[in-house]
Amino acid sequence: MGECTCATGTGNKKQDILIPMIGVITDIRTETPDVKTFRVVGRDGKKLFEHMPGQCAMVSVPGVGEAMFSITSSPTNTQFQEFSIKRCGVLTDCLHGMSPGDEVTVRGPYGNAFPVETALKGENLLFIAGGIGLAPLRSVINYVLDKRENYGTVEILYGSRSMEDLVQLKEIQEVWCKTEGVDVYLTIDREQEGWNGHVGFVPSYLKEIGFSTNKTVLVCGPPIMIKFVLSGLMEMGFKREQIYTTLELRMKCGIGKCGRCNIGSKYVCKDGPVFRFDEIDELPPEY
Amino acid sequence: MMYKIDQARLGELFAAIAEKKDLFLPVKKADQTDFALWTKEAEVDLDTLRTVKSPKDCFFPQSETLYNTSLEEGKLSIDAAALCDRDFVVFGMRACDVQAVKVLDNVFLADPVDTYYAARREHAVLVAGACHEPEETCFCKVFGIDAAAPAADVATWRVGEALYWKALTKKGEALSEVVKEHLTPAEESAVEEAQTQIRSIIDKLPYSHLKLDVFKETPMMELFDSDRWEEMYKPCLACGTCTFVCPTCQCYDIRDFKTKDGVQRYRCWDSCMYSDFTMMAHGNMRTSQMQRFRQRFMHKLVYYPDNYEGMFSCVGCGRCVSKCPAALNIVKVIKTMGGEG
Repeated sequence: MGECTCATGTGNKKQDILIPMIGVITDIRTETPDVKTFRVVGRDGKKLFEHMPGQCAMVSVPGVGEAMFSITSSPTNTQFQEFSIKRCGVLTDCLHGMSPGDEVTVRGPYGNAFPVETALKGENLLFIAGGIGLAPLRSVINYVLDKRENYGTVEILYGSRSMEDLVQLKEIQEVWCKTEGVDVYLTIDREQEGWNGHVGFVPSYLKEIGFSTNKTVLVCGPPIMIKFVLSGLMEMGFKREQIYTTLELRMKCGIGKCGRCNIGSKYVCKDGPVFRFDEIDELPPEY
Repeated sequence: MMYKIDQARLGELFAAIAEKKDLFLPVKKADQTDFALWTKEAEVDLDTLRTVKSPKDCFFPQSETLYNTSLEEGKLSIDAAALCDRDFVVFGMRACDVQAVKVLDNVFLADPVDTYYAARREHAVLVAGACHEPEETCFCKVFGIDAAAPAADVATWRVGEALYWKALTKKGEALSEVVKEHLTPAEESAVEEAQTQIRSIIDKLPYSHLKLDVFKETPMMELFDSDRWEEMYKPCLACGTCTFVCPTCQCYDIRDFKTKDGVQRYRCWDSCMYSDFTMMAHGNMRTSQMQRFRQRFMHKLVYYPDNYEGMFSCVGCGRCVSKCPAALNIVKVIKTMGGEG
């Protein structure tokens, strides 16, 4: 219509939820050849907001783009938020070129979370991740480790293409592997010099280990891995109600209005990203 | 309370409204009628049944700035766009388009509220006109809409030489107060005959008896998996016209525009009919036009009603029916899926 004069009025400036906060990058760790972990705080040096494990946030470089990323740091971290971001497009390419001190915009947190205070409480937990899929699970794993007494056994199965592609390897080796009552299983796709651990894809390693079914499973990774992990778990006797994952779709608003992440009656940004497999079974297969 | 005004004096009524508030109404420009800001020179067109674009962009503009950002010496600043703070009137809306605003309300006013939209809704007064000559493409009746008694802030009817005016809400009454010197009291019964006539025309319209039960009674996945989508979608050109003329389509994109001072982040209408709507770095969840076509209609007829107590996200305005270059539309979908009345 063009002629609307609304926006030219004196206007109050009540902040819309789409208006982001300014985040300062305070640290960038190179995890793999194409994944970096960005530590972000507000200009006041404090954490931007509180979140729960599995929730996401919109990170943006104005003029380049804005996209949804899972928050990889645990809510128990009181100082900052972290995002592990794989370089795979215009925005992520720009982020990878940034340095500590640079500013980005951040809004969130968005979406539901892994039910760490309800359904998962007191349960034995098995985490299965592939590649960058560790990013959302790392938030839960560290949350669980920080509140260890609230959960049963913790087992982590993580695989990547190669040794260099394992995200958060330092934390895995120095913290997770050394925490009592936590079993970590690492694997890489192909034989490699300097690697003494397991070689093979995550789904086949899963079957080799043969986990008992008295636990809840949280799985994140590439769709093809999830597919085979799921059928492996089914063969092992797990029920779909025992298995959680996160869905990833294109998003613009993050609040269930822009329509992009709509599948069936759900909006992944607000009803997800965390879903149980029996819930996913009720959705059209458009993910 | 029913009032009336001589239609020949409507210019005075518009001028009186425009003195206090912005007034949007159907204006003919280059042979096409759309809602536009009233001016003394505007060629007001109340005869055209249906504007090409719906009045949707009075509330949800085709493009609007959300905020501006600038970067100075490595420091970002964010300047939010001002919210609508000026009252405005949308005159001459049809009953279907009024219902469409309710469809949008459900989405934009749900928690968390879209404050840009909410500010416009708060400042808007909806004045609807009854449809005296509904067309063959109209099927609002299917959605329980009464074109003879539009449910806006003010309803109007054009009968003989007069325009009848009845406020239905407090906002409507306040507007009546603003223009009261132009209105004279009238009998409620003055529009009854016209209403009966409108309803009898609508009863005879070819699409008035479509049935929507199939969308309420069939399990979602059965509708989704139907072979009929494959049969139906083929003529679709993926042009997105249906979504742009649709008064209820609310999907949007957020994009950046680089200005000389910084970056303007704006949102604009988008369409689920476009392949890049769902495109991500790691792939696309809807790679075929069949899937995108199915998404649009499943959303309107199944997903939206599932979220909003059975309310459909179609109001039967018929814009897609008349504008689709491939003669594909929601009526065809309803009929093909088993809703032939």
